[in-house]
Amino acid sequence: MTTYLDLIPKTDVEQSAKDFKSDQEVRWCPGCGDYSILSNVQGFLPELGLARENIVFVSGIGCSSRFPYYMNTFGMHSIHGRAPAIATGLAVSRPDLSIWVITGDGDALSIGGNHLIHALRRNVNLKILLFNNRIYGLTKGQYSPTSEQGKITKSTPEGSLDYSFNPVSLALGAEATFVARTIDSDRKHMTDVLRAAANHEGTALVEIYQNCNIFNDGAWEPLKDGDTRDDVMMRLVDGEPIRFGKDMEKGVIRTADGHIAVANVAEVGEDAVIRHDAHAKDPGLAFALSRLSNPRTLENTPIGVFRDIERPSYDRLVRDQLAEVQAKQGTGDLQALIDGGDTWIVS
Amino acid sequence: MSKQVVSVNRVVIRFAGDSGDGMQLTGDRFTSETAGMGNDLSTLPDFPAEIRAPAGTVPGVSAFQLAFADHDITTPGDAPNVLVAMNPAALKANVKDLPRGADLIVNTDEFTKRNLEKVGYATNPLEDGSLEAFNVHAIALTSQTVEALKDFDLSKKEAERSKNMYALGLLCWLYSRPAEGTRAFLEKKFAKKPEILAANLAAFEAGWSFGETTEIFSVQYEVAKASDLPQGRYRNISGNPALAYGLIAASKRSGLPLFLGSYPITPASDILHELARNHRFGVTTFQAEDEIAGIGSAIGAAYGGALAVTTTSGPGIALKSESIGLAVSLELPLIIIDVQRGGPSTGLPTKTEQSDLLQAMFGRNGESPVPIVAPQSPSDCFYAALEAARIAVEYRTPVFLLSDGYIANGSEPWRVPEVDELPVIDPAFATGPNHVTDSGEAVFWPYKRDEDTLARPWAIPGTKGLEHRIGGLEKADGTGNISYDPDNHDRMVRLRQAKVDAIAKTIPPLEVDDPDGDARVLVLGWGSTYGPIGAACEITRRTGAKVAQAHLRHLNPFPSNLGEVLRSYDTVLVPEMNLGQLAMLLRARYLVDIQSITQVRGMPFKSTDLVSAITAAVQSL
Ligand code: SF4
Repeated sequence: MTTYLDLIPKTDVEQSAKDFKSDQEVRWCPGCGDYSILSNVQGFLPELGLARENIVFVSGIGCSSRFPYYMNTFGMHSIHGRAPAIATGLAVSRPDLSIWVITGDGDALSIGGNHLIHALRRNVNLKILLFNNRIYGLTKGQYSPTSEQGKITKSTPEGSLDYSFNPVSLALGAEATFVARTIDSDRKHMTDVLRAAANHEGTALVEIYQNCNIFNDGAWEPLKDGDTRDDVMMRLVDGEPIRFGKDMEKGVIRTADGHIAVANVAEVGEDAVIRHDAHAKDPGLAFALSRLSNPRTLENTPIGVFRDIERPSYDRLVRDQLAEVQAKQGTGDLQALIDGGDTWIVS
Repeated sequence: MSKQVVSVNRVVIRFAGDSGDGMQLTGDRFTSETAGMGNDLSTLPDFPAEIRAPAGTVPGVSAFQLAFADHDITTPGDAPNVLVAMNPAALKANVKDLPRGADLIVNTDEFTKRNLEKVGYATNPLEDGSLEAFNVHAIALTSQTVEALKDFDLSKKEAERSKNMYALGLLCWLYSRPAEGTRAFLEKKFAKKPEILAANLAAFEAGWSFGETTEIFSVQYEVAKASDLPQGRYRNISGNPALAYGLIAASKRSGLPLFLGSYPITPASDILHELARNHRFGVTTFQAEDEIAGIGSAIGAAYGGALAVTTTSGPGIALKSESIGLAVSLELPLIIIDVQRGGPSTGLPTKTEQSDLLQAMFGRNGESPVPIVAPQSPSDCFYAALEAARIAVEYRTPVFLLSDGYIANGSEPWRVPEVDELPVIDPAFATGPNHVTDSGEAVFWPYKRDEDTLARPWAIPGTKGLEHRIGGLEKADGTGNISYDPDNHDRMVRLRQAKVDAIAKTIPPLEVDDPDGDARVLVLGWGSTYGPIGAACEITRRTGAKVAQAHLRHLNPFPSNLGEVLRSYDTVLVPEMNLGQLAMLLRARYLVDIQSITQVRGMPFKSTDLVSAITAAVQSL
């Protein structure tokens, strides 16, 4: 089967990360996690071998949404929350483009929540990178839809009361065909996830845990600190048993009541550990995995590709339908259309 | 029995019944037959917002008015000569509009005690003398239909449903309309339901022969072909399909694929439906998750090089405002169609109004100029769409097209143009560098403007060497890079305004219709008031009064000679279906006093109301 990538013109010169850097000065705070994401994306894109002019980055509003300015591709920095809608119109019109949406937790999940879920449900051919820093950075530090309950911020001096969104659970609930999570500080992991996303036809949602060192420093620290990391983070690898822990002593098992849980492998035996299947049609297990983590302590946090299934993308279906109509009805006679059925002559 | 045939010049019929009685269909069919006979015509459908409002109630009445004539007419008429009332509610809701001596056809079967009580008739108006001023034709339409269909295998309820066809047959006989079109229409509509088809045909024929044989009607009328219409091939059309065709034509004449991003809303949805029926022209219709995604997707498509459109009504525009601002800032071609309806808020979804003019002008944050065009009649929607597309593409700007519920649903004959004679639109995409830097390097500047139009280049993704970034943040003049420089912002705000103002150079001067050339009163309108204003001016002139008429197609920018025109009259009357929005713009812009004539009843102006206002203005000089 031809993939969507076959429709995109290829570069005729060797590319490097440098080719994807624009001449604009990067204006994030020093130490912001966005820098490493930018450099990872710039480092990864040459691998795709696509013509640079056929790559488009569309973003909304927020710190992360400045991203397109720094990419030497086509780009649009749009308005708050609307990037998936804008990118949908572009994707439907232009099968020859590789389209990336850059968004944040406020942009995608709060003001733009509606567009996000509908892009996911339609399976529009977009690669959505959701920079999750659990805070509003650009507006200087209010809590966000992914902030843990009880978050003390300028707008919530006594602690936030909302229950938080889990972007991976949300995406799976919207029947996203590709859902993954990675971390700003793990270059190799992020590159692997970006590669899988780029190769996926349809919407790929990649949640990237990103550190905002100014307003929410250390939000993901347990997943980064060498002392705690292995203990709390589980790496999902397709086809492999889901095991983690300093000595890989923990594993995910099915419980008697049909749920899943983290257990001590020594106690339950290796055979009891579930193998990860990202290609499973049923999103049930992926969803269950997304619910294992504790939003406060970050214990049992899976990273990697939760789900990656094949389903025709919306834009492909649109094009196919158009082709089918034209095959049956021809490409239309404008004069006949405006004449309509009943005309009369005044002489 | 052959009856006397009386020739008349102009007839206004109103069909009125329950929402479920099929009055819109009846009106449409009668209109088609009338159009086919070569009469000039104008229609006004008027229906409630509810799909099936409570049966037998006044709010549930659905009506369709049609004027047809042997000469050029511009309005569906102020008052009907004939009212067909299918039940007491329809009578109650419409009888006040009926002039003395008018024909009134009532369906007596529905005038039961219960139905009369439902609408507050204490006594039966058919019996209490309250209808004496009219020429009442009391007919048992329902039972006669049932009787005519007694040989069909239909329940009484099913048979009753054909009463609108019975009424249509009767009216077609009364006004000597041919039956072929309706026959063909029914055959197509009920091709898969032969029993229903046969019943409807039989009801139609029965209504026709009833007219021929009954003594209730002593005369039959005929209206000759309209002979003063320009030569050519005609069809009947309403505003929404005309808009859709205009957009497809603009797509063909520009070579740009058409993309519509839209969310269903009354009274604009029919444009979405019409375009969805025409995918074969390479049209993409995207029914978005909300109004914002409707315009968002269109902005994305425009960025990709499509002729992008979003369609909605007033409440949808409110939701799209921020995105329109983005399109202003990105300077991308985009057509925004607002089929206006009564407001504020949800307002009157199925009724007409012109109250979004100021929203289109100013309804955004910041200095955010957007050109505005407005069609003046149903068929004019076609040309207005082409004009909106021309401005959008040539000037790289969002453009408003302000239609309204009246012209969207109303219809009139349209002299169909030859496609080859329609204007050509040149997208003129950027293909290479447009600037040389001080160091001699050829580069692409996304905000370097055309000297004449001040439009920026439209450089679509996939064009090698033109990679660039644009956005809603203020951009440096020329390079398009983010700039917070005060002087630059001041310059960019003025440039965006100057670009829109410069469109006036390509707009024909406003023409004034003043037969004798010495009128001192000008009536100036915009949009759908064209018909009523035209009719009113004509009637006024017949009394010997002198009045000039002009109509604005472009509301932003105005035609360059507008100030001069306004200043050359002692009195300028501006009728609008709002509280004086155009009047406010004119006063502010030209410091000319304007006499505002306003009405917000959800219905078009009656020419007679305008005649009184014009006459008073002429006499007071
Ligand atoms: S505020 Fe936070 S997210 Fe924004 S640039 Fe600074 S560190 Fe990064």
